[in-house]
Amino acid sequence: MVLQRFARGLLFLGVSLLVLIPNVSVKAAGGVAVPAQDWSFSGVFGTFDRGELQRGFHVYKEVCAGCHSLNYVAFRNLGDLGFNDEEIKVIAKEYEVEDGPNNDGEMFTRTAIPSDTWPAPYPNDNAARAGNNGALPPDLSLMVDARVGGADYLYALLSGYHEVPKGQEVADGMYYNAYYPGNQIAMPSPLSDDGVEYGDGTKATINQQARDVSAFLAWATEPNMEQRKRMGVKVLIFLIVMTGLFYVSKRRIWADVH
Amino acid sequence: MSEPKFNNSLVRWIDHRLPVFTFMHHEMHEYPTPKNLNYWWNFGSLAGIVLVIMIMSGIVLAMHYTAHVDHAFQSVERIMRDVNYGWLVRYIHANGASFFFIVVYIHIFRGLYYGSYKAPRELLWMLGVVILILMMATAFMGYVLPWGQMSFWGATVITNLFSAIPLVGESIVTLLWGGFSVDNPTLNRFYALHYLLPFVIVGVVVLHIVALHRFGSNNPLGIDVRGNQDTISFHPYYTVKDAFGLGVFLILLSAVVFFLPNSMGHPDNYIPANPMVTPAHIVPEWYFLPFYAILRAIPDKLFGVLAMFAAIGVLFILPWLDRSPVRSATFRPIYKVMFWVFLFDCVALTWLGAKPAEGIYVLLSRLFTAYYFFHFLILLPALSIFETPRSLPKSIGRPVLDGGGGAMAAAPAATRERS
Repeated sequence: MVLQRFARGLLFLGVSLLVLIPNVSVKAAGGVAVPAQDWSFSGVFGTFDRGELQRGFHVYKEVCAGCHSLNYVAFRNLGDLGFNDEEIKVIAKEYEVEDGPNNDGEMFTRTAIPSDTWPAPYPNDNAARAGNNGALPPDLSLMVDARVGGADYLYALLSGYHEVPKGQEVADGMYYNAYYPGNQIAMPSPLSDDGVEYGDGTKATINQQARDVSAFLAWATEPNMEQRKRMGVKVLIFLIVMTGLFYVSKRRIWADVH
Repeated sequence: MSEPKFNNSLVRWIDHRLPVFTFMHHEMHEYPTPKNLNYWWNFGSLAGIVLVIMIMSGIVLAMHYTAHVDHAFQSVERIMRDVNYGWLVRYIHANGASFFFIVVYIHIFRGLYYGSYKAPRELLWMLGVVILILMMATAFMGYVLPWGQMSFWGATVITNLFSAIPLVGESIVTLLWGGFSVDNPTLNRFYALHYLLPFVIVGVVVLHIVALHRFGSNNPLGIDVRGNQDTISFHPYYTVKDAFGLGVFLILLSAVVFFLPNSMGHPDNYIPANPMVTPAHIVPEWYFLPFYAILRAIPDKLFGVLAMFAAIGVLFILPWLDRSPVRSATFRPIYKVMFWVFLFDCVALTWLGAKPAEGIYVLLSRLFTAYYFFHFLILLPALSIFETPRSLPKSIGRPVLDGGGGAMAAAPAATRERS
């Protein structure tokens, strides 16, 4: 009897959770529906696929990093992708960062170390605009949380450079994209088939690269996601047991109230 | 009331000089509570616990946050990435705010359904409205602190509302901003006030509880307690019931914090504030949407602002608008229906507040806004005169004299089911 009522309560709880989960169909700001992708990191038990993240990192490094900064990611964070300390040092060594001032009051450049954040391609926003036909390439550190549709939207955008449909005009210096709000984007299609060469032998199609880099940016947006979900499962199990005990105690204590 | 006997000699020593233990025994243990309270009565103590959760998580966040336009966004990201469990604390605080409003709104609608605002609990109710207003101010200023796009533009839109006040409006806005636009001084004063106001809320909550303990809780039947046979002590009966309710609440909060932490936020707030770029739609947090809908429903700016404030202000005079001597909607056949209509009206306004102010939405907003005020200003006073309430039970001990009790009144009868 007690168990039955508790089960009924849990059912109610589950239903209310389903009602709380709002993202049934995701629409980008422009109103175009973004097709949902199957990600390894979605769902309650979702985790990042290390291979996918490393390939995505490769795409970011070779393609995106030319224009887009990744200000909140440090070299040391690459440990999450499966790189060891030595590999991270090697990656960092490829980059120069500005430091200083030194004792003479001069700024100087040195090779990057793991605690440095990713060096930005431009010294400031104005330089970025000047180099990109007036458009500002946004920082990519938070892209997945900062766009409606998240990783699904990024994938759709990166693989959404189609032929301009008949009857649609595209302004000078702009490019047609099926998923960008307004369909005109200042970024030319960044990916091309075999534009990068994957170390693990995966064929680098546009869709593959778009998928990998979207997953990488999902990680960059929330490097703690796996820890969050792992902890969430434990916390929920604990709370459900605790609440069950409270319920039984409540029944026991209230048994003498008439 | 008998003096409590404490076995521990240290407790006796302290209590003789500072009677905190007697006080706690009196207000927690002996405090007579109607025995028929249903689960809708859980939300008061729950709101108090959520307030504590918000203050504790907020203080930890404050240790890592930098209130400066150049560093605020970055410091929040540092909390998310580099502070140990910073992501957990911030997600608890951000989603806790939404859950705080869910809890408090349920608490308010429970009061509306069971007439908890009626004599002798008018001041208790009015203090509650003060808490609601303080909560709204606190939540609004808290949302500005991460200094994302929605923070900045929400602050701009809401502070600009005060410019509608004749003569002094512009000066008030300048004072709020600490300058001539939303900028660093605005962020600094919002941070100072966001830290201060929760403690003001604690103060008003204490008054709220003092006022509550004067006459004790209302109950689903809305009739006065007649004697000991109608009451049980707060502890352990309601402490354990509240603990169970808290457990359910924590399950729901955790589900969102751990698995959908950004579902109640806006993606634009993960873009750093930029005074040069206005977001396509500036939408306030969901808990402000009904009032936002009322604001936009009125074509005139000043009257829109007045209507928005009146929507909350009308709650202050509610005890004198609803003059029906019967508290509980269970025994008020017409009010019971109108309660649900009013609840629907509020849900509709919430929905409309999130829609763009164009086309059919404008018309609907006006209709539902009109109904909101019609409910309080015309319907309730009229019902006080024209409605014939059903006969009330003699006492809480024997509640089912004439088959009374609707769907919501059935819940307290857990005791009935068992016998």
